Order: sequence, then structure tokens, then C-alpha cells
Amino acid sequence: MDKLKTAFSKNLKQFVMLFTLVVIIVFFQLMTRGTLLKPMNVFNLINQNAYVVVLAVGMLLCILTGGNVDLSVGSVVAFVGACAGTLMITWKWDPYLSVFLCLIMGVLIGAWHGFWIAYVRIPAFIVTLSGQLIFRGLTLIVLKGLTLSPFPKAFMSLSTGAIGNFLGFLDPGSGLRNFTSLLIGIIMGLVFIFLELKKQADRKRKGYSYDSLMVTLVRGLVIAAALVYFFWLLACYIGTPVVLITVGIVLVVYSYLTSKTVMGRHIYAVGGNEKAARLSGVKTDKIIFLTYVNMSFLAAVAGLIFSARLQSASPQAGTGFELDAIGAVYIGGASAYGGIGTVGGTLIGALIMGVLNNGMSIMGISIDMQQVVKGLVLLAAVAFDVISKQKISLPFFTRLFSRRKAA
Amino acid sequence: MAGALLEMRGITKTFPGVKALDNVNLTVNEGEIHAIVGENGAGKSTLMNVLSGIHPYGSYEGEIIYDGQECRFSSIRDSERLGIVIIHQELALVPYLSIGENMFLGNEQVGFGGINWDLTYQKAREHMLEVGLDENPRTLIKDIGVGKQQLVEIAKALAKNVRLLILDEPTSSLNDEDSLNLLNLLKRFRAERGITSIMISHKLGEIAYVADRITILRDGSTIETLDNTESAVSESRIIRGMVGREMVDRFPKRESHIGKKALEVENWTVYHPLYTERRVVDNVSLNVRKGEVVGIAGLIGAGRTELCQSVFGKVYGAKISGTLKKDGQEITLDSAADAIANGFAYITEDRKGDGLVLSNSVTHNITLSRLQLVSEKGVIDKDKERHAAEDYREKLNIRTPDVEQLVSNLSGGNQQKVLVGKWMFAQPDIMMLDEPTRGVDVGAKYEIYSIINRLVGEGKAVLLISSELPELLGMCDRIYVMAEGRIVGELPVEQATQVAIMDLIMQASKGAKTTWTN
Repeated sequence: MDKLKTAFSKNLKQFVMLFTLVVIIVFFQLMTRGTLLKPMNVFNLINQNAYVVVLAVGMLLCILTGGNVDLSVGSVVAFVGACAGTLMITWKWDPYLSVFLCLIMGVLIGAWHGFWIAYVRIPAFIVTLSGQLIFRGLTLIVLKGLTLSPFPKAFMSLSTGAIGNFLGFLDPGSGLRNFTSLLIGIIMGLVFIFLELKKQADRKRKGYSYDSLMVTLVRGLVIAAALVYFFWLLACYIGTPVVLITVGIVLVVYSYLTSKTVMGRHIYAVGGNEKAARLSGVKTDKIIFLTYVNMSFLAAVAGLIFSARLQSASPQAGTGFELDAIGAVYIGGASAYGGIGTVGGTLIGALIMGVLNNGMSIMGISIDMQQVVKGLVLLAAVAFDVISKQKISLPFFTRLFSRRKAA
Repeated sequence: MAGALLEMRGITKTFPGVKALDNVNLTVNEGEIHAIVGENGAGKSTLMNVLSGIHPYGSYEGEIIYDGQECRFSSIRDSERLGIVIIHQELALVPYLSIGENMFLGNEQVGFGGINWDLTYQKAREHMLEVGLDENPRTLIKDIGVGKQQLVEIAKALAKNVRLLILDEPTSSLNDEDSLNLLNLLKRFRAERGITSIMISHKLGEIAYVADRITILRDGSTIETLDNTESAVSESRIIRGMVGREMVDRFPKRESHIGKKALEVENWTVYHPLYTERRVVDNVSLNVRKGEVVGIAGLIGAGRTELCQSVFGKVYGAKISGTLKKDGQEITLDSAADAIANGFAYITEDRKGDGLVLSNSVTHNITLSRLQLVSEKGVIDKDKERHAAEDYREKLNIRTPDVEQLVSNLSGGNQQKVLVGKWMFAQPDIMMLDEPTRGVDVGAKYEIYSIINRLVGEGKAVLLISSELPELLGMCDRIYVMAEGRIVGELPVEQATQVAIMDLIMQASKGAKTTWTN
């Protein structure tokens, strides 16, 4: 019992977040009379939110280094889209070369921000606010205020549409539109259960603290079932969205980076205590610089995904994206002071934001009201984090309580 | 002689784990200048914080009788209302506000519909005149020197109708001329206005010059109160009172096997990073041999931490000059990473501020300074890392249920052991330990001493900074004494005594003292 308690409190944040996500999904599923989890809507949901996940992962690293945010990402998304449009549509350059050049552009923009933030020590807030203006302005200049379209097919196929039913010949007659998608789900589910069990066995063998086999198995099965269900939904429609590949790669690479590498450890150390990190030989300037280079690189990736989905390069693209990304990271449990946060949490945060957006839109709730709700959710998420950390010794509440007692 | 203005009776103040004050009694007579002396950590500042209400009534035991009334201050405002004003060592002035604004901060001269600036500056000018400060009251604080800032603090106290002025190390950042000026001002206030002063100081020369009576604190207790009016109290008399405690066997024994010189610092000079004309470390030369524990004694602000931090990859200071040799080879260290790679370790005095990442686990903290030892091509081998952490947990007896525990959940002593473990993990040849036992209980202290012995047993060179003289005497083979950025003496441990060390420190400020003799 005691063990269960500590395990629960240790993972309290993740439990609460996952639970919130499930509650929100169930809520909107009921309120939209089942529209939310209709195969087509799930497919759209993914396409709509892919860019948020990519941006939020980059933003997570910025926030980890000390609660700094990058306000320029919306403008960088637009600017990279504008570059892509100019290269491919106006100049008719090769799509693959253009994509490569756009990613390089992202890195260069990041280096510009990173230089001022890490080496000149101008607060990130100011540097990236300036970047927001600069790159929005440059977008308008490059596009001359016009929208460019359409992009060549080869470019669009990189991140729109579905993965073909190339394993369809294995279909025993399920009646699904894209049997391959279901197979992908089943394989991923099995791999997940296998990895969970292996991790549990390893920890047990090495004498580390571990969850019981039962807990591991139940958790593995539930998540695997969710995965299979998710891909089954997609199989009922046209299949697995291509953009999931990019998102999946980003999630895997950055989970690995943050949890397994020296670089990742240094990012957490810089955010947790920059002075201590520097005295421990961490090149803090370099870490902060690279974090912002990475952020703009991922903004470029998001810019390409987004313009492919819009099928055009528009001067107003990406407005307000930075707020979606920042919101996702904080809802995902990152500390506003840096040093705490995970890629997994950020994914859940992004999904909560995405489902809220999508669900409210289906219900026909106006954009203004949607913003109010999202604002409250963000505040509630961070407030929960802050209060749970103070271990209910919140001076305000205790005072309130004691006063009532006196009266 | 007038009666007692202030009586503090049986004051006991406990911080978590530490008894800072133990039944302290202090009587200050009306119209006298009363000096309080004692080593670092003797409880001087705590006593003044109790008196001024910074530690509110109820957080300590004992009673305060002021002007015949028992006082129960719940904040500094309460004590100020009765004319008790404290001026801290770190001046509480806002650099970007003017002298006048600072003087009436929190005590604004409010007229009809806002602050009455004419009245503010007129009053400011009057009080500035009283302290002999010839400046425009509209000048910004940042534009005047430290000596004048100190005068602003005193003028600010006058604006609050001060009766009892408390000064915590008022001259520690002043030059001799400004110090003398300040001391004479206190004397004048005593003569002309009957203002009573309590002054905490390390500078015995100043105390002998200005104080009527001297109270000595040691380890949180009052030792004695000496009268300086009838016949002058000698400095050696004060020093004896300050350090005269019995030495108990608190230090583990070790056999010393001292080898070749591991670290040599020559003509090392460092300037303050912000005030680049202020010399913080002044032409220091020292060496440490393999298997040797070398101590650096000195008061807070003597430049010991600055010396070590500047040696450790220049993480502190500006315009650093001098040569550094490791095992006889000259080396240059430009960053902490360089220093670590060359086998240096610096264990900071401020484990929460710049030592540990509190939001990280014990494991992550221990491996942070040398992750390459548990990683390959930038990827961490978590098993190896875990083994290393378990290893140090066992070796250093770090009490935690799990090495995955966050460091913020550990007690101070255990955090300190994590910090030491972190730097042992880095496999250094030269370890600089800065106040390694500060805020640590006696048991953990002994364990840390044992770790130091084990380190030198392995042939490492240890440089130990400590403000606790018994610790230095108990642990070191050789002791350097630092004062005002300079090395003022070097003593083998056989010749070192507390009195000898304090004497050397006091000698360093003697030059100034001669100018004060009436």
C-alpha cells in the first residue's frame, strides 16, 4: 500500500495529465454525439495538430533551459513557408533541394536568435519578440503581401495524405479501407508491451525500484489497446497520415535526446541551476545557443508541414502558433522556471490543446469563447503544478482556513 | 554613567538543527558605543536580527527590555518606531534612486495628493548636513562611492529619529579614511545627541578606538563584557576571549605522506568582475603538495573564495594575472570544463546556490561534472551511471532511500555529501573545498573530515577554505592566512594556534590603526 502510494505520488503529474486527456476526449465524444472519434475527424485532428507537436517539442527545450520561451516561432513558420513557396512555386526549384534549403534557413534564424540570447545575454523574451516582428515583416516582403500556390505534388506528398495500403494483400477480408494502418497499430502495440516488460525485468534484475508485473502489464495493455484502437480508426478512413512519420521521428529523437544523452542532461542542468551547471563544466552558453538553433530548425519543419497542408504560402500563416506551443508545454507539466519537463508530457499537453480546439469547433463554439476556455485550461494546469509542489502549505489557503476557524 | 537603555535577557534562538544563540545576555547603556565581537558564526548578526524584529517575537526565547519596557517586535517596523535602526553590512539602498528618495523609502513625505518632493529633498539635505555628506540629494546612489553610501544609510537612520543605532560591520567595505570618518561620526553623535550605538566589527583596532564597552560572543553564548573606558582593552585580550574554546578530539587522525608539489599558484592577482579597479586577490603565491591538506584562514571577504574560483577556470573575476602550475607544468585554464579536464575540482561554499541542481536526482548530480565517464559518444550508459551513484552513496554514507531521489528532498548534511561525491566522481588530482562543513551537523562533519583524509591518502592535494579555525587546525598540514586579498602569513600546523592566526589577520589592518590613536 505504501509502495503504491509513493509510486502514485511520484507519477502523479503524468497520471493526472493522462486522466485529463481521457476525460476531455470522453467529454467531447459525448457532446459532439460521437463526431470527435469518427475516423475522418481523427485523421483531420492529426493533420491539424502535427505542427503544434513539432513546435512544442522545440519549445520544451527552450523552457527547460530556464523558463525562456521563443515568441518568434509563428513568424518563422510563415517565413519558411514563404521561402518554400518562392523556391518551389516562383523559381520552380527542385522540391527536395528546396526543403533542404528551408531547413538550413531555420538553422540560420536560430543561430541569429541564439547568438543574442546566449552570448550577448539579452533576455530570450526580447530577442524572440524582435524575431517575431522581423520574420513576419520579411515574410510580407518575400511574398509581397500575396499568397503563393499551388505547391508541386512531390512536396505535398512529404507531409499530406495517407500511407498507402501496401500491405493490403494480407487483408483477410476485414472490410477496412486501409488494412496496413491496422497492422502498423498492432505492431506498435506489441512492441510497446514488449519494451515495457523488458524494462520492468531489467530494473528488477538490477535491483532498482520497479513496478509490479501486474501494474506493468495492465499499463502496457491499456496503452497498446489505445494504440490499436487509434490505428483501427485511421484504417477505417484512408489510412495513417504521412505527417505522423515526421511527428513520430521528432518525438522519438527528442525523447532520446532529453533522457539518454549528455546534451539532454546538460539542458536539464542549465535550467535547474545555471550557476551550478557552469561550475560543473557545462558550457551553458553553448547549450542555450543550440537550444534556440534547434527551436528555429523545428519551426522550419513545422513551417513546411503547415504550408504543405495549406497547399500555399500565405503571409498570415502561423499567427499565434507560439502560444499554442507554449501552452502545450506548460499543460504538459513543464516547470515555468526550467529544469523540469518531458517530451511525453509535452505530447499529452499538445493533444489536450488539439482535442479542445477540435471538439469546441465541432460543437460550434465561437472562436472567442474557445480562447477563454483554452486560457483557463492553461492556468488550471500550471496552478495545479504550483500548488501540488507547495505540498498544500499554500500560505493563502492556510490563512483562509485558519481565519474561518477563528470566526 | 547613564542607566541601561537596552537589556536582552536569556536570548535563545534555534534554527532547524542549529542553536544559533544560547542564553545570551546583553546590556547596553544609554549614550554608549557598544561593540560586539566574535568569530564568524558566533551569533552576532542573529542577535541583532532578534533585537530589530527581523526574527519576530515568538521565534526566540528570552526577553528584550528597551527603555524600561518589555518589547515584543513582530517586524522591523515595530523596532524602528521606537528608534532602533539597523544598518546591515550589505547596504539596503536602491542604486537607481536618488539619495533623497532612498532616505525616505518606506517613510515617504506624503503631502496632498502624492509625495512632497520639495519637503523630501529639503529634509534630506538637513540630515545629510548632519552626517557631513556634501552631495546633491538628487544624485543617484549608484553615482556615489561606498563610503558616502554608508553615510546615506546613517542619514536615513537619523530621518527615522534613531535612538539606538545598530551597525553590522560598517567599515568592512570602506577604506581607512572613510572608516575613520565614520567612527568619528559615531563619537560625535554620542557626544552631541546622546545616540547609543551597537557596532559589530572584526576590526579590533577600530573597536579599541571607538567602543566604550565590548561584549564577546562565542558559539552563540556571551563570554564576557569588557570595559574600554577606564583602561584600554588590549587586542590580545579580545582575541583570547573570541577563540578561547577547548579543543576536543573532533578530527579523525591520518598519517601524512606528503609528496611533490601538485599545485603552484604564483603572483595571482584578480580584480572584481564589476568594479574592475577593485583588487580582490592581490599577488598571491601558494602551493599544495600531493597528499597534503593546506588550509586558507581568513575572515569573510578576505578573498579566499575568489582566489579558488579564479584558479578554477577563471569562473570568477576579471583581469586575472599570474601563473598556474600543475605537477610543475605551467597550465592555462579558461573555463570550468578546462579545469575539470585538468584534474581540478572546486567544491563551492554555496551548495544550493551554485553547487547542486536541486530539481535533479542524486544520480544526475553526482555524474554531472564528468558525464563522459559514464557515456559513450554523447549517449549516457544508465547502468554505469547508476552503479557510480550507488558506489558513492555507499562510500560517503549518503542517507537517501534511493539514488533516484531528488536532491531537494535530502537533509543539508546529505546534500553536502552529494556535493562532495559529485566532485570525487570527477576524479580530480587537486580538490579545493570551500567551507565544506558549513551548515552541517557534527556527525556529518566528522564524516566529511574522514573523506578528506581518504582523499589525501590517495595522493590527492587538498586546499581547504574554512572560517572555523579549529577545523583548519585539526585538518591541515599547513595553513595560509589571507586578509584583504593578500597572503599575510604561512604557518606549519605545529606552529599554528588560533591566537597566532587571528593575530596575523589583525596585523594586516594594523597599518590603518596607527592613524587612529588619539
